[in-house]
Amino acid sequence: MDEIRESLLKQSKASRKDQFGRAISFSALALIVIVVISIFYFVASKGLATFFSDGVNLWGFLTGSEWAPSQVGDNGKPLVGAAPMIIGSFLVTLLAALIATPFAIGTAVFMTEISPKRGAKILGPVTELLVGIPSVVYGFIGLSVIVPFMRAVFGGSGFGILSGAMVLFVMILPTVTSMTVDTLRAVPRHYRESALALGATRWQMIYKVILRGATPGILTASVFGMARAFGEALAVQMVIGNAALMPHNLTSPASTLTSVLTQGIGNTVMGSLENNALWSLALILLLMSLVFNLAIRAIAKKGAM
Amino acid sequence: MNAKNADKIATGVLYAIAGIVILILAALLGYILIQGVPHLSWHFLTAPASAFTAGGGIGIQLFNSLYLLLITMLLSFPIALGAGIYLNEYANPKSKITGMVRMTIEILSSLPSVVVGLFGFLLFVVQFNLGFSILSGAIALTFFNLPLLTRSIEDALATVPDLQREAGSALGLSRWETVGHIILPAALPSIVTGVVLSAGRVFGEAAALIYTAGQSAPALNFGDWNPFNISSPLNIMRPAETLAVHIWKINSEGIMPDAQEVSAGASAVLIIVVLIFNFSARYLSSYLYKRLTSTK
Repeated sequence: MDEIRESLLKQSKASRKDQFGRAISFSALALIVIVVISIFYFVASKGLATFFSDGVNLWGFLTGSEWAPSQVGDNGKPLVGAAPMIIGSFLVTLLAALIATPFAIGTAVFMTEISPKRGAKILGPVTELLVGIPSVVYGFIGLSVIVPFMRAVFGGSGFGILSGAMVLFVMILPTVTSMTVDTLRAVPRHYRESALALGATRWQMIYKVILRGATPGILTASVFGMARAFGEALAVQMVIGNAALMPHNLTSPASTLTSVLTQGIGNTVMGSLENNALWSLALILLLMSLVFNLAIRAIAKKGAM
Repeated sequence: MNAKNADKIATGVLYAIAGIVILILAALLGYILIQGVPHLSWHFLTAPASAFTAGGGIGIQLFNSLYLLLITMLLSFPIALGAGIYLNEYANPKSKITGMVRMTIEILSSLPSVVVGLFGFLLFVVQFNLGFSILSGAIALTFFNLPLLTRSIEDALATVPDLQREAGSALGLSRWETVGHIILPAALPSIVTGVVLSAGRVFGEAAALIYTAGQSAPALNFGDWNPFNISSPLNIMRPAETLAVHIWKINSEGIMPDAQEVSAGASAVLIIVVLIFNFSARYLSSYLYKRLTSTK
């Protein structure tokens, strides 16, 4: 009797196994969350040290235009003005997105509305493949094709914001295109049919119905491309010229947050002001990627019908 | 201008845009392959790099890239699999916490890889004193790889119909047993695709590695397979410059006389490997699908 009672009251083997599995898979998930939290914690604690322990003024850091952390300015404070890098980063990102978005929309419309056959046969696989090309390869091509081209056309060294923007444009084009194609495909078929039934030409259908319906998705694709461009380090670092100066024109050497970071972190001593200032730049990068993320969410929420 | 003319003009413009994009993309691929492939030779693929003289190869870097990829996958696959299983099978899809966790994963996937690399540098290289090593690099790449891999595994599990789960429960299997014996085998083809595609991404990553796996490639003794010897290829505590980092480094330092040729060749190798990953992902997934579902 007791044996039966015991076996009924005891947890079954299956349920114990289930609890075990649940615990294991949960800890894997928890690990990822812990990693994200600790990335934010460590970068923030390093990045904020510039302001709290080295006493740098936050406003001065964001707007100052002279970047020479190892030197002291006239007022006895270190020269840590990050504005040249912040402006450089935003300029290359915006320029790249501005060029890439129309091309991406045009290509995507071509692939979905005008010539789906050729789109599926040629453009589709090629864009898919290009999404996977490592960014250093884009940097190398920028260095050996775009920089000499800029040098020939605009004079100077050829390094600069324009070269960086061109490299980023080519780099984000496949990503933005394939995301735009997905949103255009998601526009219901009856929208197209109704527009055509009303006597709209193909272009009127595309312009007045499909693109309107797909606007949130296209915006998301564009912001996603911007986020990728903003965080790209090596491809930009190779072609931008790496001079931490206020950019006066688009073809003189400049720098971005990521390019200064990749160059500087190895050449500064952990814990020094020079080093902390770089971590502050990393913190700006981190916060910006958060902003892009929130923007994508906001667009998705607004666009959800 | 009437609507018909506008339609014609717009169609022409769209053809032109698509043509330009195809031209750019084709030129890109063509440039890399035409510049790079002539430099490929057995010597180039196996010889060690030489810093100051021409004629060096990429042997050590290629090996480092593949070895680092292997270690990264060994680290990240179990974690991503566990997280994907929990998110798709156990987590309550409506709860706020699940939503927050998903957002966290999304944030991790959108972090610039250089920031992930710097975090790895700060925590593992400096704090835990692992130094510039394959281990530090693999951990950084794991962080970089986890969100996308988790996402693709979760998606793969979600495509398995709920009927299968109900059938498992009806047979008296626990949820964990259902996952292990029914859901995972059914989702295997898409999981394999996800893993192989993420491998392509990891293989080409450089920004996360320059401060974790390091920028130097010490000579390796390919006759020594004891993982605890410093010159052994299997040692995970040695610094290891990968192929992608090598391309970046020789281009930004510019002391190698044939940097242009070596980087062209190395770029071609990178792209060919990524291509192989892409094609094998497709092939493997359809092969496994046929094998596991007896579809002819």
